[in-house]
Amino acid sequence: MSITKKNIADELVNQVGLSNVQALDITNEFFNQIKNSLASGIDVKISGFGNFVVREKSARPGRNPKTGEDVLISARKVVTFKAGPKLKGATHNSN
Amino acid sequence: MKKTDLISSIFNSCNISKSDSKNSVEAILQKITDAISSGEGVEVRGFGGFSKKHRKARLGINPKTGERTQVEEKSVPVFKPGKSLKDSVNKSNV
Repeated sequence: MSITKKNIADELVNQVGLSNVQALDITNEFFNQIKNSLASGIDVKISGFGNFVVREKSARPGRNPKTGEDVLISARKVVTFKAGPKLKGATHNSN
Repeated sequence: MKKTDLISSIFNSCNISKSDSKNSVEAILQKITDAISSGEGVEVRGFGGFSKKHRKARLGINPKTGERTQVEEKSVPVFKPGKSLKDSVNKSNV
């Protein structure tokens, strides 16, 4: 079962000693700030965690796998996440 | 944007002290890290999800020397952006 914003907010109540309302507010703000930055095209680099990078994808020919129809996939921007060494290490060592 | 910018903007928009803002950001990151490494994963509506993926052992080639080496199996963290994040990043394009 994956954890949600609720679990993260509970952690803030326990660890930082915030009220439930504040904790949820900060958790929302945390993800919104990252999202807004990426939406305006600015990469987010969090040391000890990883980098969220906006990448430009150029248009390419694709195919609808259901109908076999050729379509052009338009140029787009996508978010990629590159985990930092600390996060990679934590994930790897828990095997 | 860096971690310190994130801490400042949370400090500015939520009514908390600078040190609480810093501790909160660190606690959130630690919680996410723990949830990924334990294999539980994280799911945030509208933002995306973090999970752990297993990579099998494979025979790799050292690009410098051309030597073949065994790459051990490992687990890596992955992020899958949510619909709302995808849309808001892409809309600045059009």
